Amino acid sequence: MTLSKPLLEINHLFTSFRIKDTYYDAIHDVNLTLNENEVLAIVGESGCGKSTLATSIVGLHPPGNTTVIGEILYKGENLVNYSEDKLNKIRGNDIGFIFQDPLSALNPLMRIGDQIEEGLVFHTKMTDQERKARALELLDQVGIVNPERVARQFPHQLSGGMRQRVMIAIAIACKPRIMIADEPTTALDVTIQAQILDLLIELQQETNAGIMLITHDLGVVAEVATRVAVMYAGQVIEVAPVEELFRNPKHPYTRSLLNSIPQTERDHDRLQVIQGMVPTLTKMPKSGCRFAPRIPWVSENAHEVEPQMHEISPGHLVRCTCWQTFNFEEQETKEGVVQ
Amino acid sequence: MWKTVVRRFLIMIPQLFVLSMLIFILAKFMPGDPFTGLITPQTDPARLEELRQQAGFYDPWYVQYWHWVTNMFRGDFGDSYTFKVSVASLIGDRGLNTLWLSLVSVILTYLIAIPLGVIAGRYQNTLRDKTIVLYSFVSYAIPTFVLALIFLYIFGYQLQWFPTSGTVSVGEDPGTWGYFWSKVYHLILPAITYAFLATTSIIQYLRSEIIDAQTQDFVKTARSKGIPMNKVYTRHIFRNSLLPIAAFLGFSITGILGGSVFIETIFGFPGMGQLFIQSIMGRDYSVITALVMLYGFLALLGSLLSDIILSIVDPRIRIE
Repeated sequence: MTLSKPLLEINHLFTSFRIKDTYYDAIHDVNLTLNENEVLAIVGESGCGKSTLATSIVGLHPPGNTTVIGEILYKGENLVNYSEDKLNKIRGNDIGFIFQDPLSALNPLMRIGDQIEEGLVFHTKMTDQERKARALELLDQVGIVNPERVARQFPHQLSGGMRQRVMIAIAIACKPRIMIADEPTTALDVTIQAQILDLLIELQQETNAGIMLITHDLGVVAEVATRVAVMYAGQVIEVAPVEELFRNPKHPYTRSLLNSIPQTERDHDRLQVIQGMVPTLTKMPKSGCRFAPRIPWVSENAHEVEPQMHEISPGHLVRCTCWQTFNFEEQETKEGVVQ
Repeated sequence: MWKTVVRRFLIMIPQLFVLSMLIFILAKFMPGDPFTGLITPQTDPARLEELRQQAGFYDPWYVQYWHWVTNMFRGDFGDSYTFKVSVASLIGDRGLNTLWLSLVSVILTYLIAIPLGVIAGRYQNTLRDKTIVLYSFVSYAIPTFVLALIFLYIFGYQLQWFPTSGTVSVGEDPGTWGYFWSKVYHLILPAITYAFLATTSIIQYLRSEIIDAQTQDFVKTARSKGIPMNKVYTRHIFRNSLLPIAAFLGFSITGILGGSVFIETIFGFPGMGQLFIQSIMGRDYSVITALVMLYGFLALLGSLLSDIILSIVDPRIRIE
């Protein structure tokens, strides 16, 4: 893992949204590295900032009400300071995006072929014929059986799985070094999910690209990720190689997440849940461990005042110190009271 | 496609039947009879009675209805009592005037409304947007007849830029360029008045559609491909925002064929709207019924036209 070259380095990234004249951090001090030829999974609950992180990288968030501070290093340059024009050279060309819902992510009025060719128009000097040929080649590459016909069709004429294949074809059109997949399988059937994931990995192995896979599905993570970053309330709270994370999770949040996966071999009568909710952006605690309110039985002294990332073994980082004293037993006894 | 159009026309038959029944019943309820207008102190009541007999006034209602409908199919809408000519030729003349006025009005409306709506939507909450929204509120708030009178006063009487009534200057020969330009010249002021007021809804529609489309996922996809924002607007946002406007087009074409009562009346423009008012004032029943029937037909045609236009611009809608 450590041998591969870093493609993208995110250092001290803060993304904040303006709500009624005050800026709130949706991303708080995120440090991450995406390496060549790896799948970095970003995991977390809804609203923890994973999608915001993805859009921050190439400035895709709606302009005007958003500020991004920090460093996003790509080829030694900080993308945060890039102008819209310079970002447009990176978007689609160096960094490809795959979005969650392929139906709404495709323009309903445009033929599939045209939508694939669009990126090529702006990033390459191909002629019309070359672009057409490339679009068909891409459709073939993502496993679409009848590229000529599909290229002439409109998004609504395709199935969900085919649409997501088209999205992938769009993302890889210019052979990007980095692919950012924002919940690429969430809107799909389970059987199609596996196909799409296989396709992503297959394409990655051909190009050695780095994939940032954003998901809340731990099953997906276990299947395809090489490293995992767990996010909670705008912060990365644990980073580890995938096996290490599943075998030896440290942070209370990660452990609660893994504990909440229903398992057939374990005989639980009730679903394991994490009590409380992710605080909303405006109610985010200003200091201290952001997960503390959800594990009230852990004493305050166990948390750091300003939680930092600690490397506890090579490549395994955990935020705060509360993991050292955390256990589930007390939650078990508390459950009766809570529910 | 053609099969659907034909089928839609067939569906219009029962709709028109219900409409014609309603109009017939309403006409029967109206006070007076076709000969009321002919009564003068010299009229012999016996002669009047004889005329009523001849015209089938005492026939059962279904016989009368049958006569009316079958005549209509032959293009015979009866005679106008006030103009003393056949209703068909009357509507033909007036309809042609209104047709030209409508065409120019609709074209002007869309020429003004689309750029304004697009600018307001794209530069939401800027000074430009606020100015346009203010304009659309003002134009929405002004009643047609007030604006028409103001325009007529300023541009017609004070500045004398445009003629104040009629459709063509006296002395121009039909078929010459002078005649044509004279016609266009007479159209401009009423058309501008109409457009000034009709743009409101289109601007507001387009503005909110564009604001809405900006947040759609496919816009994010387009941006993620590295397409410059200007191109994202022209290639993705505008086309999707224009769909409801396109759907509106069918109605606005046929709707305006009915003529604008206020504008035509105030500008002394002999079109359908003016005819409608005149026929109501003059109790010209045969003209009223023919016009109401025609308006109903145009409304149905408008919805069909809108569906066809929408199916052309939106691939998701295929009428099969």
